[in-house]
Parts: sequence; C-alpha cells; structure tokens
Amino acid sequence: MAQVFQVIGTRPIRHDGLDKVTGRAQYGADIQLSGMLHGRVLRSSHAHARIKSIDASAALKVPGVEAVATAADLPESGDRIAHLGEGAVNLRHLSSNCLARGKVHYKGQAVAALAATNPHIAEEALALIKVDYEPLPPVMDVREAMKDSAPKLHADVFTEEMGQLKKDKPSNVAKHFQFKLGDVHKGFAQAAVTVEREFHTATVHQGYIEPHNATAMFNPDGNVTIWCSTQGAFTVRAQVSELLQIPVSRIKVVPLEIGGGFGGKIRVYLEPVAAVLSKKTGKPVKILMDRAAVFEGTGPTPGSYIRVKLGADKTGKLVAGEAYLAYEAGAFPGSPIGPGAMCIFACYDIPNVLIDGFDVCVNKPATAAYRAPGATNAAFASETVVDEICRQLKIDPLEFRLKNGAKEGTRRADGPIYPRIGMIETVEAAKKHPHYVAPLAPGSSPFPRGRGVASGFWFNIGLKSSVTASVNNDGTVSLVEGSTDIGGTRVSVAMQLAEALGIRAEDVRPVVADTDSVGYTDVTGGSRVTYATGWAAYEAAQDIKWQMLEKAAQLWKTDLDNVVYDKGVIRAKDDPAKKITFKELAEKIQHKGGIVVGRATVDPPWPGGAFATHIVDVEVDPDTGKVSILRYTAVQDCGKAIHPSYVEGQIQGGAVQGIGWALNEEYAYNAKGEMTNASFLDYRMPTSLDLPMIDAVIVEVPDPKHPYGVRGVGEVPIVPPPAAIANAIYAAVGVRMNELPMSPGRVVKALAAKK
Amino acid sequence: MSDTKETTGLSRRQFLKGSGAAAAATALGTAAAPGALAAQAPAAQPVPGMGPAGVKITLQVNGRKMSSTVEPRVTLLDALRNYLDVTGCKRVCDRGTCGACTVLLDNKPVYACSMLALEAQGKEIRTAESLVQGAKLDAVPAAFVRFDAQQCGFCTPGFVVAMKAVLEQNPKATPAEVEKGLAGNICRCGTYEQMRDAIYSLCNTKRGS
Ligand code: FES
Ligand code: FES
Repeated sequence: MAQVFQVIGTRPIRHDGLDKVTGRAQYGADIQLSGMLHGRVLRSSHAHARIKSIDASAALKVPGVEAVATAADLPESGDRIAHLGEGAVNLRHLSSNCLARGKVHYKGQAVAALAATNPHIAEEALALIKVDYEPLPPVMDVREAMKDSAPKLHADVFTEEMGQLKKDKPSNVAKHFQFKLGDVHKGFAQAAVTVEREFHTATVHQGYIEPHNATAMFNPDGNVTIWCSTQGAFTVRAQVSELLQIPVSRIKVVPLEIGGGFGGKIRVYLEPVAAVLSKKTGKPVKILMDRAAVFEGTGPTPGSYIRVKLGADKTGKLVAGEAYLAYEAGAFPGSPIGPGAMCIFACYDIPNVLIDGFDVCVNKPATAAYRAPGATNAAFASETVVDEICRQLKIDPLEFRLKNGAKEGTRRADGPIYPRIGMIETVEAAKKHPHYVAPLAPGSSPFPRGRGVASGFWFNIGLKSSVTASVNNDGTVSLVEGSTDIGGTRVSVAMQLAEALGIRAEDVRPVVADTDSVGYTDVTGGSRVTYATGWAAYEAAQDIKWQMLEKAAQLWKTDLDNVVYDKGVIRAKDDPAKKITFKELAEKIQHKGGIVVGRATVDPPWPGGAFATHIVDVEVDPDTGKVSILRYTAVQDCGKAIHPSYVEGQIQGGAVQGIGWALNEEYAYNAKGEMTNASFLDYRMPTSLDLPMIDAVIVEVPDPKHPYGVRGVGEVPIVPPPAAIANAIYAAVGVRMNELPMSPGRVVKALAAKK
Repeated sequence: MSDTKETTGLSRRQFLKGSGAAAAATALGTAAAPGALAAQAPAAQPVPGMGPAGVKITLQVNGRKMSSTVEPRVTLLDALRNYLDVTGCKRVCDRGTCGACTVLLDNKPVYACSMLALEAQGKEIRTAESLVQGAKLDAVPAAFVRFDAQQCGFCTPGFVVAMKAVLEQNPKATPAEVEKGLAGNICRCGTYEQMRDAIYSLCNTKRGS
C-alpha cells in the first residue's frame, strides 16, 4: 500500500533562500581573514612540454611576495592508488595535476604558485617566474592518441588490457575492457535491420558559475584549516592528507556555500597549494581561479569517439548490440569510460551485447565527472541509432521503447540484473503526454520543424552519510549533515527527518558542517544526497523517536512497550488521557535534565537507478543552421519526489545543460593544443532566451529498499537531450547529426553534404 | 543589460582591450604615474605593468558613503567585494559575459566587473544587499524566494538586480520584457523556469495566458 505522507511531496520554502537571494550567503571567495595573503597560480603555456627548470628568484624579490610553491614543495606521492570520493585516483597524477612535476600535459596545468600581500602584486609577480620548457608535440584527439605513432604523454602509463597490465611499452591507452552478454554474431544473424554509425563528441565543461577557490591556514602546531567550495569536505580532507602527507586528524575542511559543481568540484586543485603556501608563510592564503583557469585548468568532461551497431528483428525486437567507446581521459588516466560503457545500452533488454571501452590520455585537462559522467556521450550514439532502426522498421519510437525497454529482471551487459526500475513507466507517461499526443504544428516561419525522443539511464550511488539531530526545547530539531548543499538538499534531507518525526519541515534547522563537526559523509554527487543523507536523517529520526518514547515512559512511570509514537504524538496504550506532542515533550525533558540527540550513519546498497525519456520539437533554419528548441518535455522516474519543485528544478537544469551540450558547447583547440575559447563569450552556455519552457514530468516508481522510495534525480536529465535533439533535427531536415555540438556550422555542413 | 558605454564612456570591448592600467589612465585622463610599488621594484628589473599607487575613493553604496584606497585599475566589482566588503555581487567571469556582478548604477544595471571603481564615484550604487531593509524584503527577491528561483544561488543576486532594474524602470513591463532584461545573465543550474514563475507573479500575469 502506498504510504501517506504529511511532509514529503509538499513544497516548503528553502531554509537558506533569503540569504542567497540577497547576497548574504557565504561563498569561498567571500572569506577574509586577518593577515591573509593572496595566492595565484602560474599555468602552463604549452599543451605538452618538459619542464627543464623553474626560476622564481625575480618573483620572490618583488616587494609583497612572500612565498613561491612548485611541485618540489609537495611530497613525492608514488604510484599509490587511493579511493577519494567518487572513484580511484593515482596520487602521483593527482599531485602533478595540482603542481606539475617534470612535465606539463595540457595548457593551463598548474606549474607554480605564489602568495603576496595583494592580488595585483601576486598576478604581476607571477609573470616573473621563468619556466624553461622543452616543447613536445601534443596529441589532442582520442583516435590519434590511440595510434602507436602518437606522442606519448607518460613514460609510465601502460595499457591495462582486459585486466592485464601490458608492461612492454608505454601507451596513451590506459585501459581497454569488454562487457559481453550472449553471442553478438548469432544475434546479428537474426536481425532484419542492422544499423551501424560513428559518432564524435567534443570536450565540454560543467560550467559551474562559481570559480574554484580555497583558503588555507596552516598553524605552527601542524593543524590546517581549509575553507573551500567543494562537493565533499571529506574528500578534500582525504586528498589533502594524501598529497601533503598530513594525518586527516590534523586537517579541518570547512565547506562554504557552493556555486555549482555538477561533478567538477570533487577533485582538489587549489586546496593543497594554498596549504603549502600558508605553511611557508605562516599566514592564511586565499587562492581564487579566474574563468579562463576554470576552463583550461580544471576537469571538463571527455570528448569521445563512439561506434554503435544495433540489430532488430522484423517485429522490432532488439536482438544484438555492439559498441566501441573511446573516451578522452585528458592528461591523466581516468575518464568516465566505465559508466559510459555500462550506460550505452542500459535502457534496453538486448540478449546479445559486446561493448569495448577505452580510456585514452590526450593533451587536454584531466577530465572530471559531469552530471551522469560518460552517459550523455554514450546515449547520443545509441539513441540516435535506435531512432534510425525505428524509422527503418516504421515503428513509433516510444512503442519501440515499450517493446524493448529494460525492466525488473533485465540483465545489463556489464552484469547486474535490474531490481524494480521505471524505464517503461517514463515511456508510457511520455506517450500519454499532451506534447506527444498533439501533432507537431507548423509554425508561422517557413523553417522545417521536427520532433525527436530519446531515453537515458543513470545508476545513482549510495555511499556513506552521517547526520546528528538535536531536539531543542522549543520542539524544533537541529540537523547537522555533511553533505554540501548545491541545489536545495538541506530541505529535502530535513523533510525526511520531519516526516519520520511527524513535525513540520520548518521545524527542522539543517546545517552543513565541517569535517570536525559531523561524521564521515561522502560527496554530494551521484545523485546521492536526498537518497543517502535523507536515509540517514530518517534513521536519526528513529533514534530520536526511541529516546522520546523512553522519556515519555519515565514521565508516566510506565513500561516502554506501553508507549507509542504516532505522527508527532506520543501516547500511552493503556490510557487514552496520556498523550503528549513532540513539542510538549521536548520542552518538558529539558526541565527534567534529559537531552535527546539522534544520530545515524548509513551506507546504503546500490540503488536501482533512474530513467528518463525526453520529447523535443525543434525548428531548423536551413540557411544559418540554427536549431531552435520549440517545446521540451522531460519525463523522469524519481522514485518518490520529496520536494517536487526541486525535482522539477533538477530535471530542468539537467535538460538545459544537455541542450547546451547538444547545440553549442565545445572546447575549440588550435594546432598547438591551445584552447581558443576559454571565456563565456566564446564558450556559449544557454541563457533564458535560448530556452522554451521545459515541462518536467515526474513519474514515481519507488525504490523498494529506500524508506521513502527515493531515487536520485540530479544526473539522468542531462543524458537524453543531445540524442533527442539530433533525432528531431533528422525529423525536420532529414540529416543525421553524428557530431556534438550540433552547432549552426555543423548543421549547415551536414545539409550541404546531403544535397 | 545596458551597455557600459552609456555610463562609463568606455565600451566593454575597449575596456577589455586595454590593460587594466591603461584603461585606468584613460579614465583618469592622465598618464599613469609611477606608483609606490613600481618605485620599490629593483631598477634593473622593472616590474611589468605595475600600476599607479592607490588613490582614495568614495562610493555611495546602498545608501551609505564608503571610502577606501584602491589602485586606479581596481574594478567596481573588486572594490565592492575586496575593499568595501559588499560581497553580494559575484565575480564569475570578470569579463562582462555572465551578469553575476550586476549592480545598479544610478538605477541602471551595469556589469561591475567591466567598469573601474573610480568611474563609479558620485553615482548611486545599489547591490542585492540593498533589497532587504531590516525585516522588509523587496518584492523581487521575495518572488525569487517564493518561487525558489535558485539552486546553487551564485548567479541569483545578479539576476535579482537585473530584474529589479527592469521593473523599476517600467513597473508595467510585460513578462517578456522582464525576461529580455535577463538576457545578459547566465544561470548554469538552469533555474529559468522558476524565474519565469517569479516574473509572472511580479507582473501580476498568469502563466500561460
Ligand atoms: S563577473 Fe561581471 S559579467 Fe561576469
Ligand atoms: S542558481 Fe546556480 S547558477 Fe543560477
């Protein structure tokens, strides 16, 4: 039976709303400490070069400059692999990404840093640091980098071929793996239609509005405090601990408000550098990035080359699928090729599958996670091929998805069998939606219009969360959590505590705490906060309930099993007159010397995952190649929408980023491997005028394991847009776009090629 | 977003072309004077680009006179944030491309990153902080709160100020006109839908009508 909720599903105002709209909320750049120095980072001017020497003597002579740091100030990390938040990293690579050791592998890589009494002095002294480079040829494209003849980025990166390290010669291919299911040869033999296509996608950036920042204060007693903008204070602590060889107990990380992250604020860049400079100077040091540094020096999401082949029998049942995915890791191994390869056919039940994945180093910034990392590239390819199959078989694309969509019991090519999931439900909702039911109306303009659909999958993750919750004597609860709040999770977590206790969301005061003030909590990422930290809040509420029942039993001098907790009221079973509200009891126990603090830690199992199906109508100007979005509907299974407005906001936000990725965004490089558009003027992200209303449709197929059925919602909405738009462009003008972004120039070119 | 040209005599492009110091010199109408920092640098190794010494400025910010000593090249944005502790305006691109630094300058919205602090003297500057007086919240930020037109909130003060500017200039503005006034601002979290809800309520118009 469906649960009946009082708080969940309502739309309370966020606790931090007023602070943010009036500019009072504290972000990292707002930190001002007494005696604070300003740090700046010198970045490589070459895409690929050996560092012969660094001479900072002239910079150090500038009055006001107090210290310079280079890789020589970081301990040698060695080739240790550490698990720091989302996935494993090689510490030597991470260290070199903070301050380059020996070589630079992309333009914009940090080479040296200095601290000065004011930012202008720091900036100008930076220009006096002399770096002697021996330039090397860069390799910028994933397929070029895979060739034997390609320049090698690392002398000590070898291919891990199906789990075996091939130590014979260095390679840019860090990894090759395969997922196999059934027998693809037999499968394709049964196919009535087979479509095979190639795709290219450009490097794109998360584009979070707030640049990276870090302020560190290293005390002579060996304790260091770091204030920063991060998706995970504990992962910053772990990374700084490993990179600087300081025990975690000596590091306190204070997460400030965070102006967007989308996966890009998990890895450290500035934090260890600020700490080193602070240690050298004995003063607090603040480092801010500018926008060009964010583009050139922090992890974007990979460009990729993907080949997809799908076969269906004449009834429209998919019989076989083959995919080859090569993702650019950037400067160091570690692209999201794994999830990309797992997601590529994840929406479908295909009996015979073969997937090859390659992780490839190129001379671009080391890639980082970006909202459903790896999945958008993959879905662009697979969902376009699905559309072509539907057209060849003359099957409605949503009918096709109903017929082939993954369900409970379907096995994904990489092994897992799905628990209860909502793929089919999203397709059914899309099919019934007025957008899909209404035929595409011709507009007043003469431009051709078309409609496309696409689906997408993202796993979501569980991982660890801790909360403590203290009952105040006015009947409110102070909730302390370790999940930095990027999009409103203070509220969605507080609401789950409130629901469990039978009190109002407004009576829970959520606080995001530093690493000394709350138990270990993993990153705000993987769409996990409302799911896992919300679960911890639920468990903490159970802890509070038990303690409140004990207090009531003491008060009434009765047995514990004679008292029950029911929607915020405690009653004695044997005496209807004996009842007390949560609030009354909270006030009473203060006088009686009792204090109630609930606590919980969780490490929930892997969740069931999230599916989305999007519908888009576009108009294409055949002369300019400009694609306009006319109407957009995004349907998504959210398990249970705790705060529906925030769920809608996540769906719309993800779709907006997906639309930007589809139509405009890309890193442009010249022959020297220099990014030529490292500004918002030239790297175009969507503004309000680029976008129609995005209709977010919530479907609820509860995750049976979660106490409230929650599924993570933040990531999957970015997955379908590029494919949906590509399919709509085909419907409008009859050309298949196989390259992202589908910018005006590329559309014009594709149209010309068709003629 | 009005071009900074109107208010500063410098177009955004000109400003970007010149170095900060050159732009400062233009604005001052003087050649750059040798400053304390340049003078301290060893003679054999002149520090490139070191600007003139600090000058005292007084800005009228959110109804208060605020003074500080800044180098002429300091932008209005950096003066507000780093010298006067008015941090509601955010430094996102520092190149006039995102709107996060939007402030009202004599009631007109400008990118604070794209003008010099010196040029803002004698003008009335208002930031998002001015839109809450004691317990009273202005209708524009109140609508942002009510419709939750924010996720990470970092772009939000800039949008609030830009929207306030349109509605102040034309209280009868239509939702489309208000939205046009936001074209110079970027929200990467994609909260445009919720902003539209806020706009419609501020314009007393029902959405979809
Ligand atoms: S910071 Fe001024 S427009 Fe971006
Ligand atoms: S709310 Fe995050 S950028 Fe607008």
